[in-house]
Amino acid sequence: MTTLDLARLQFSSTTLFHFLFVPVSIGLSLFLAILQTLAYRTGQPVYTRLLGLWSKIFLIVFAVGVVTGIVQEFQFGMNWSAYSRYVGDVFGAPLAIEGLAAFFVESTFLGLWMFGRDRLSPRVHTACIWMVALGTMASAYFILAANSWMQHPVGYEIDPVTGQARMNDVVAVLTQNTALFAFGHTILAAWVTAGMVVVGISAWYLRKGRETELAKRALKIALPVTCAAAIGTSLVGHFNGQLMTDQQPMKMAAAEALWETEQPAGLSVFATGDFTRNPGGTNHNITIPHLLSIIATNSWDGKVEGIDEIQARYEREYGEGDYVPIVGLTYWTFRAMIGLGIAMILLTAVGLWLARRGRLEISRRWQWLAIAGIALPFLANSAGWLFTEMGRQPWVVFGLLRTEDAISPNVSSAEVAITLIGFSAVYAVLAAIAVWLIRRAVHAGPPESPDDAQPTKTTDDIALAY
Amino acid sequence: MTHTTLETIWFVLIGVLWTGYLVLEGFDFGVGALLRTVGRTKAERGMVLRSIGPLWDGNEVWLLVAGGATFAAFPGWYATLFSGAYLALFLVLLSLIVRNVAFEFWGKHDDPRWRAGWEWAAVIGSALPALLWGVAWANIVHGMPIDAQGEPTGELWDLLGPYALLGGVATLLLFLAHGATFLCLKTSGPVAERARAARRVLAPAAVVALGGWTAWTIADGCDAATAVLLVGAVVLLSAAWLARAAGWSFGATAGAIGLLVAAWFVQLFPHVLISSTDPAYSITLHAAASGDYTLKVMTGVAILLVPIVLLYQGWTYWVFRKRLTVDD
Repeated sequence: MTTLDLARLQFSSTTLFHFLFVPVSIGLSLFLAILQTLAYRTGQPVYTRLLGLWSKIFLIVFAVGVVTGIVQEFQFGMNWSAYSRYVGDVFGAPLAIEGLAAFFVESTFLGLWMFGRDRLSPRVHTACIWMVALGTMASAYFILAANSWMQHPVGYEIDPVTGQARMNDVVAVLTQNTALFAFGHTILAAWVTAGMVVVGISAWYLRKGRETELAKRALKIALPVTCAAAIGTSLVGHFNGQLMTDQQPMKMAAAEALWETEQPAGLSVFATGDFTRNPGGTNHNITIPHLLSIIATNSWDGKVEGIDEIQARYEREYGEGDYVPIVGLTYWTFRAMIGLGIAMILLTAVGLWLARRGRLEISRRWQWLAIAGIALPFLANSAGWLFTEMGRQPWVVFGLLRTEDAISPNVSSAEVAITLIGFSAVYAVLAAIAVWLIRRAVHAGPPESPDDAQPTKTTDDIALAY
Repeated sequence: MTHTTLETIWFVLIGVLWTGYLVLEGFDFGVGALLRTVGRTKAERGMVLRSIGPLWDGNEVWLLVAGGATFAAFPGWYATLFSGAYLALFLVLLSLIVRNVAFEFWGKHDDPRWRAGWEWAAVIGSALPALLWGVAWANIVHGMPIDAQGEPTGELWDLLGPYALLGGVATLLLFLAHGATFLCLKTSGPVAERARAARRVLAPAAVVALGGWTAWTIADGCDAATAVLLVGAVVLLSAAWLARAAGWSFGATAGAIGLLVAAWFVQLFPHVLISSTDPAYSITLHAAASGDYTLKVMTGVAILLVPIVLLYQGWTYWVFRKRLTVDD
């Protein structure tokens, strides 16, 4: 493997791993904030016990999310120094703002929340977990604005002397449609992810006949929220798709394995055969007429450009080169993302219907599906990111910088291999420990005392340190 | 072209972020590294970990923000430094990962072997970066192999010269003394006594190491201002050693760390990186900096957000100001 391959493998594996934990943290922090508010307002013990159970799980997930996030902040400079030089002026800004506006909020208020139960009034203590939830969302917003700039660069000019990107409109960078829709899509997906975890684990309790009141109360909150968020994710995803057709038509064409321009264009549901360049087209065997036109252009007879036409246009625009991403991968990750999303909508909708009829406790088939369904959002999220990032290739910043020109010129493949193996090994151990701890926490059930952190005793004398 | 005012402001601001990071994380490095030395029983070690429990994560964000701010304000610095100190930074990142999960996971399973494993992870994961940050900054100040294109050309071993290693030993001992002093303030009983005993050894050792590194730096011919700051750091550290009240002592170790970081940045200015290959290849502030527009935007963001951050982080330290006791 070349240094480029290794560096890409490292970025994708560390980022996908990080993103297994991030959406759960985003969603669960909000769930905890709601639970704690309910516990505070109603005084019902069921909420306090739910809070105890879910804060244990949340803290395990959050810890792994935080430590894997440290690598994210530095690996652009380590493996992608040419990229960092080229885009730092624009891309660095949202990253730095993320640190100042979000990381400080998350970490400080999480510390206050974990250790501050007996030091703060219940109202202030509850406000702390709301701050954590807001911090995670702010973090997502800034990092997605940075990523959206890679998908669709705006608010910049190219410096005539250095040839590097220079920001000239920060408002455009932070508020372009691509960023706003990416934020909506990702936050809703994060709620779905955490929601599916809550639904699955609650279903496990129902199946075991343990803590059924607790599980039913959790499902009462999680099922409608997850179902609505999953529907919302697809709706926002639809607008994402239209923006993508407009901004990165090649990604859309590759997602459909549409080699030749069609008008009207049908949506391919399932295709077999060879995805390499074969002007006869792949062996599409199931297409729904007109649907791609509707999805991509909002019109019955809209024209959707094919890969070959876009390739020819890009060669005129950007010079010789291969502008086609790996079509098979783009095609299938796109379908995996959407298919899994639909599966989650159905699973939670059936759950809601069963709950209405009071059959959640007895429907063992649904319980089993909900437990297995915990895997679905993680697969969908990973497929979504693989699609978004692989579908943009060969560009790292669309239209401006190619991935092959973005790596650190001085870092050897041996060095990248060492860090790749090192991070992967540590991450694998972390994942195993986190899963083991979460399983134990679930099996142990909600703690009798709501204290999630270690009890802290203090004397009355004040340390004069600060 | 020489540097602009905005570029200088951002250079200073990144110096402030590093000061905040090392003053704050410095004590939790020290506490982590001394975990098994000052705490002997499960309850004692639990207390040691609780003393930094609500604080370490917020402390570490200073590093992430310093990294992000360097990326935004000086992309050329961020790119050359992190790709140049590649394997050293990798070791720092691994250490930080391991120690952070150690803090979080230590109490999650009641088993002596589980705890011992995480304790060692916390000790090594705290001591190694405490050493490596000193090594890294000694190299930055002294110069790294950088070619005419501004690309680093060194290997890991180039970073491990005797001067850099002495710088690493100095920061390691400094953070250990800083952490021991913090424990004197925050804990009680046998743990506080052992922390006091550790401080009596560590503070003079840190004075010797930092004094040695200062002498070497001055002998190498550093700027007069750098020399003054470094000597000031050694003097403050000596005061920390001799001070009877732990509160004053902690203030003095914090001040020594601040002066040390100031010395690094003063010595670097007006460069962000010094080339040991050829002084002409050293990278200036201006060459590494982002454009005026970005720096202006980021200045606005910093003016708006930094005071708020300081306010609520300060509040956290106030909330957790009380001394801890072992849960009997």
